[in-house]
Amino acid sequence: MAKNSEVLLDPLFNDNPIALQVLGICSALAVTTKMETALVMSAAVIVVLIFSNLAVSLIRNFIPPSIRIIVQLTIIASLVIITDQVLKAFVYETAKQLSVFVGLIITNCIVMGRAEAFAMQQGPLKSVIDGFGNGLGYSIVLVFVAFFRELFGSGSLFGVQLLPLATEGGWYTPNGLLVLSPGAFFLIAIFIWIVRAFKPDQIEEE
Amino acid sequence: MEFTPTRTVGFATIVCFVCSIFVASAAVGLKEKQIENEILDRQKKVLDVAGLLTDEVAISADNIKKTYQSRVQPKLVALQDKGCEGQDPTSFDQQKFAKDPATSKDVVGNRAKVRRTPHCAKIFNIKSADAKGIETVIFPVEGKGLWSTLYGYIALNPNGTDIKGLTFYKHAETPGLGGEVDNKKWKAQWKGKKAFKPGSAAPALYVKKGQANDNYSVDGLSGATITSNGVTNLLQFWLGEQGFGNYINKEMKGANNG
Repeated sequence: MAKNSEVLLDPLFNDNPIALQVLGICSALAVTTKMETALVMSAAVIVVLIFSNLAVSLIRNFIPPSIRIIVQLTIIASLVIITDQVLKAFVYETAKQLSVFVGLIITNCIVMGRAEAFAMQQGPLKSVIDGFGNGLGYSIVLVFVAFFRELFGSGSLFGVQLLPLATEGGWYTPNGLLVLSPGAFFLIAIFIWIVRAFKPDQIEEE
Repeated sequence: MEFTPTRTVGFATIVCFVCSIFVASAAVGLKEKQIENEILDRQKKVLDVAGLLTDEVAISADNIKKTYQSRVQPKLVALQDKGCEGQDPTSFDQQKFAKDPATSKDVVGNRAKVRRTPHCAKIFNIKSADAKGIETVIFPVEGKGLWSTLYGYIALNPNGTDIKGLTFYKHAETPGLGGEVDNKKWKAQWKGKKAFKPGSAAPALYVKKGQANDNYSVDGLSGATITSNGVTNLLQFWLGEQGFGNYINKEMKGANNG
């Protein structure tokens, strides 16, 4: 049995859902043009992961194997809808920018992957920790990507202008590639490269 | 544990029931707050295009509401005869009107790619600070850009000749390119431009490719020709005869000249 600390920390770098398992890429491209949206999205995914793992783990012995995927999906979908409603009620502006992507957490493979691969076998406490750890692993990549995309793509962080833009009389010409989705691909690739440079065991055999 | 079909169906029913209770209570419980947010957001945009959204006002929801209450006066304008009968300006929902074939007109084929115009539209009169006259009139506009339909407001002076501002509250254009319609510097260029050439009812306003050099145009958005053209088309449509052109010509230009 893995220790709780391992369950929490492994998904950060050793077994990062985006960098190693390459799951959840779609939303990592879509919501990372700004730090603010990336953070709110991260929080939403962490909350959904924790509660879906908890719920699935609590009822894991009662779920009939023949319909287990549908049951997991029902739970996840309900949690995502609730999260979406809460965001719309309390952080309306950011929720508007995240638009459809909060709803798409339902299809985020990380959530379902953890429910199926972990919460179906483990107790509630471990499952919650696993959900939190994987959520954090996802968040690290999102924040990494969003940091560079917002800084070099728009010259700002959290909407505060740090590099004065040439279009507004400053000296910085923003990198247009970074505000488009392909820019995020390069950044995720660089993230994976850095992680693997420190952890060569993650490199696949030829 | 044995999983008989009955058990499986029973379990599925219970899961669905519990989940639906959670979802339903979240939706119902938060609805009021969401509607409030939506209304506040729209009020904010109206104040923004009217030039009333100073830092001091934007700081709290109460300030926005107060300013909106004291300065903004919604008004209904009939785009078709008798289109507005029996409607209340405050609660009027233009989007709903535009969707219903009974209360809207098919206008397919225009360059702004607007499908239907409502028989009745909601505009906003902005009262001057001393509440004596009207300083700005705000019209809703919408039209296709590159990826999305842009929804916004254009503010005119009470004569209906000069632009006082343009802002979009909903669009999904490429960030950094077409998304620059939100750029404050670009939006500021609209201020003081003329909507119509003297003696003409056709809107003359447009977004120029490259640098603007007359009273009727603003600089194009570089790398976003289609969004720029979209803005031109939607402005010309809504200020033209299929949109608010008649109202502007009859009610606004005439009223102040006489």
